[in-house]
Amino acid sequence: MSALLSVEGLRKHFGGVAAVDDCSLEVREGTITALIGPNGSGKTTAFNLITGYLHADAGRVSFAGHDFTRPDPTRLYRAGLTRTFQQSRVFPQLTLLENLTVAISQPWRTLLRRALGREDRERSRELLEEFGLARLADSKAGDLSFGQRKLLEFATVLMGRPQLVLLDEPTAGVNPVMVERMEQHVRELHARGLTFLIVEHDMNLVMRLCDPVIVLDRGRPIKQGAPAEVQQDAAVLDAYLGS
Amino acid sequence: MRAAVVFGALTAFPFVFSAQWVVNIALFTLMYAGLATSWNLLGGFSGYLSLGHAAFFGIGAYAMAIRFTHVGIGAGYKPFLVLPLVGLAVAVVSLPIGWIALRVRAATFAIVTLTLLFVVQQLAFNLHHLTGGSQGLSITPPPFPANTFDNPFYFAMEGAFALALLICWWVRDSKLGLMLFAIRDDEDRAQGIGVRTTGVKLIAFAVSVGLTGMIGAIWAYYIGFIYPQFAVDPLVTIGAVLMTFLGGKGTLWGPALGAFILVPLQQYLAYRLGASELYLLGYAAVFLLIMLLLPRGIIPSLKDRLARRQAASSPPGAVSGAVPTTGGVPA
Repeated sequence: MSALLSVEGLRKHFGGVAAVDDCSLEVREGTITALIGPNGSGKTTAFNLITGYLHADAGRVSFAGHDFTRPDPTRLYRAGLTRTFQQSRVFPQLTLLENLTVAISQPWRTLLRRALGREDRERSRELLEEFGLARLADSKAGDLSFGQRKLLEFATVLMGRPQLVLLDEPTAGVNPVMVERMEQHVRELHARGLTFLIVEHDMNLVMRLCDPVIVLDRGRPIKQGAPAEVQQDAAVLDAYLGS
Repeated sequence: MRAAVVFGALTAFPFVFSAQWVVNIALFTLMYAGLATSWNLLGGFSGYLSLGHAAFFGIGAYAMAIRFTHVGIGAGYKPFLVLPLVGLAVAVVSLPIGWIALRVRAATFAIVTLTLLFVVQQLAFNLHHLTGGSQGLSITPPPFPANTFDNPFYFAMEGAFALALLICWWVRDSKLGLMLFAIRDDEDRAQGIGVRTTGVKLIAFAVSVGLTGMIGAIWAYYIGFIYPQFAVDPLVTIGAVLMTFLGGKGTLWGPALGAFILVPLQQYLAYRLGASELYLLGYAAVFLLIMLLLPRGIIPSLKDRLARRQAASSPPGAVSGAVPTTGGVPA
């Protein structure tokens, strides 16, 4: 299997601190790859650099065979790479249907068409159905609970028909039932051909869901391998437990 | 159809109340209704609060006056025909400016646009050969009959207001509107789901200031004499912003409603308090009251109240539907 996403020599300094330093990693097509590491190891910064929310000091990102020397969130989304945020982000004043519809990559010429065309409604509703939010289709996203927002955010990024989804702590701060639901969604979408790169602190979830696992420490990958392998690696234990 | 009733009444107005001083006040009311509605297209829909719209009002006004002084195409009704051109020209001129200004957000954007206002004012002072500097420019008054002199300008203002409202109405229910609302709620995230934020914002900016410029041009023709402090007046922006906030930012009718309340009130205060600028204190008081009592504006507040009353009268089960139990996790 080929690399869907490959990152080479990514570097980002904040003042004197190297948040991400000479970070190279690959996400192969059809995997659920995990990116783990102790707090402050640069996972979210790496996400921000890959998706263009931060500009890297150095490095190269290539996705699906295209080089993105200066990644830009909009272009990447339209190319099939999308992400969710650690603090789930939705458009609070828009309804759930609108939240999903606005995520359909529109060409310029449809700009003045009706906001919610019939096709948009059908597609959005279908996805809401799948995520168990259909009843709330016309409520404002701001009225949702935290867990529901996470689901909505997840559903939204699927509207762009992505190939690769980056999930930033999809289960942080939600209850065990919701964790299970998230896992189910990831598994189902994976079965349909989606590739995932997941930052996650819930090690049980990582160990049963992801393969391979990439461990980041002080901004660079120190180990990559199958979950069982990573768990027993001395360098990884050292990074987590300190020396 | 609300719009038909409103515009029917507005069109009949100068025939019913033909006294020119009444038409004059109505004319300024419509001018501000148009300005506030145009401002709302950017400020209300996308959340980019511009304090520099007066700059484009001034550019439109000078475009009209300069055309008279240096080009001189006809008098009478003819100048009204070039209004769309003025609007288009102002929109085009605004593109590079907007492209730069829209790179910053929130308070920074407000300050940058405010600066723009003073830049344009300084240009008006200093480009003597074009603007006549501080002496200003005058436009020969058209040969309209004295007892209905204001009417053509009144209808021009009504037309501009109608155009602004029509555009806002269309945009609100379009994909463009949806994208603007998404930008208002969370621009970073909008970017992350494929919304071409820069282009979308720029369209709203150019259309908004183009309309503003058109209204400035009508105003200049009506007033007949303009000079820098008068044509590029921060109070024009402040008025439009204040009215939009009063009526309801981001709503269709809110800005116009604000104008229909504030402009006659301002005229009344100016009349009662004499030529002094004491009425500005009245303005400030209104601003304070809005922030205290109706921070979201009249229309959203009324809608909320209505929704709450409906919710209270319907059975409790229907209300709790907003907080479902399946998968619901309290934040």
